[in-house]
Amino acid sequence: MTTTAERRPALAGRTAKRRRPRTEALWGYAFIAPTGLGLTIFYLWPVLQTAYFSFTEWGAFGGHTWTGLDNYARLLGDPEVGQAMLNTLMYTVLGLAGIPLAIVFAALLNRPGLRGVSVYRTAFFLPVVTMPVAVAMLWRWLYNGDYGLVNQMLATVGVDGPNWIADPATAMYALVVVGIWSSVGYNLIIFLAGMQAIPKELYEAAAMDGAGRVRQFFRITLPMLSPTAFFISIVSVIGSLQLFDLVFVMTGSGQSARANPAYSRLQTVVQLFYERAFVTDDRGYAAAIVIALLVLIAALTIAQFRLQRRWVHYV
Amino acid sequence: MSERRPIGVHAVLVASSLAMVAPFAWQVITSLKTLSGATAVPPSPLPEWRWDNYAKVFELLPFGDQFLNTVLMAAGRVAGQVLFCSMAAYAFARLRFPGKNVLFGVFLSVLMVPPQLFVIPQYQIMSSLGWLNSLQAIIVPGLFSAFGVFLLRQFFLGLPREIEEAARLDGAGPVRVYWSIMLPLARPGLVALSVLVLLWAWNDLFWPLVVNTDPDKMTLSAGLAALQGQYQTDYPVLMAGSLIASLPVIAVFVFLQRQFIQGIAHTGSKG
Repeated sequence: MTTTAERRPALAGRTAKRRRPRTEALWGYAFIAPTGLGLTIFYLWPVLQTAYFSFTEWGAFGGHTWTGLDNYARLLGDPEVGQAMLNTLMYTVLGLAGIPLAIVFAALLNRPGLRGVSVYRTAFFLPVVTMPVAVAMLWRWLYNGDYGLVNQMLATVGVDGPNWIADPATAMYALVVVGIWSSVGYNLIIFLAGMQAIPKELYEAAAMDGAGRVRQFFRITLPMLSPTAFFISIVSVIGSLQLFDLVFVMTGSGQSARANPAYSRLQTVVQLFYERAFVTDDRGYAAAIVIALLVLIAALTIAQFRLQRRWVHYV
Repeated sequence: MSERRPIGVHAVLVASSLAMVAPFAWQVITSLKTLSGATAVPPSPLPEWRWDNYAKVFELLPFGDQFLNTVLMAAGRVAGQVLFCSMAAYAFARLRFPGKNVLFGVFLSVLMVPPQLFVIPQYQIMSSLGWLNSLQAIIVPGLFSAFGVFLLRQFFLGLPREIEEAARLDGAGPVRVYWSIMLPLARPGLVALSVLVLLWAWNDLFWPLVVNTDPDKMTLSAGLAALQGQYQTDYPVLMAGSLIASLPVIAVFVFLQRQFIQGIAHTGSKG
């Protein structure tokens, strides 16, 4: 809110009371200064620099020259980029299956008077707080074709399991399972908070009308939860498009990683960015890759906002 | 006696909780086996109590150094963000100054950019300061956070104004009000921010991997990734390493579970 005193700095010096807005304003700037400077130096300015770098080519000694749209032309014709985009999109879309799963678990946990909720919640949340590198190492072991627990269990029912993350046919699905396993707890917590905010009266009224639990879930819980689901879907899509840690550790990097026959099916956009920027030091091209990623993220986010009218109910 | 016991619900929840926890149990069991024990077919569900796998992790990697680096990085980022973000958040929530809304919008715009866009220029800054392979490199960019400002501003906006106004009438300036009144009142918010920053810092891989490449300057995340690269198939040792690296945050989570969950739920409801 703007006050009269604030608009008339000429009069501000007259009394202590009138002077306050001006010193208050100075304090305001002083309080935001550290974060403001930090964000400008390390975040805002770098975005502009990255955009500029995407039009340059980097030489061996760190210098760079303006090459116009060359990087983008190269990007469009680079099958590795196309494949990485495709992999990333596939991971993102398949990963959305984690959302209904989290809603179902949240609904089960939200049952009034259910015992042991905190124990279940802790179990679901453990993978969320575990270091992604550790998660990836653990699942690499579980998925091991010869000795992994997954295949050992399948063997007891007579199934000869594949070498999950080294088989092009299964690698992406195996990765998605790990992605969902490690994020379902996070989504569940947010859905649970959303469910607890739904007014009890709605359920009471529905129960009086003879609606059972399942009907209440579909007629009340789901529509009331749709704004939360919309938020989760926005956040998950943005997060999935930036996938790096899990794949980086599950496939490794460099020569040994390329020995994995499924490597090209798993490599994500950010992983490719990492290689171009910090392994082959092709930073101009890396900048173009990450600008393309920004465009992809923005496009999918805008598309979701456009589509929300179809399924999100705001009260 | 109003409801029958929901056995079906418990059955589903127990089964899915097991699916969440069983991989960790297998991690612990594997970490205590010999390599030949771990690769036996069919596998034994029993550990062989080979604690030397844990000692081996420390032989293969400067694990002690990496542990310390990770602790200092997390502590530095938490302290920096709690201080700087709360200062900015207080100004945005309570002080009046021209251009406030525009500046807040500029702060928030940082949240909308994928972090990979910051990395190359940040790396150049670190390189030109001679900060590659240093503690500063992994701490300094993490001292500032638009998310933290946003989260704490929501908290400050929710606090009652009365105490603050009384203090102002008594002549307390913005600094006094911020330090002696707002900060203590906002403690739950500060704790929520701290646990989230701790979690993200501890588990961060990309940035530490890029700037600190000397083994004794690495963080646990990057160190583990390197261990995995070198000892691909020594699963018992890999499991031991990944366990000790992730255990500290898991322990903090178990103790501060409520704050963790509040923090997470807050990112959802206010997003």
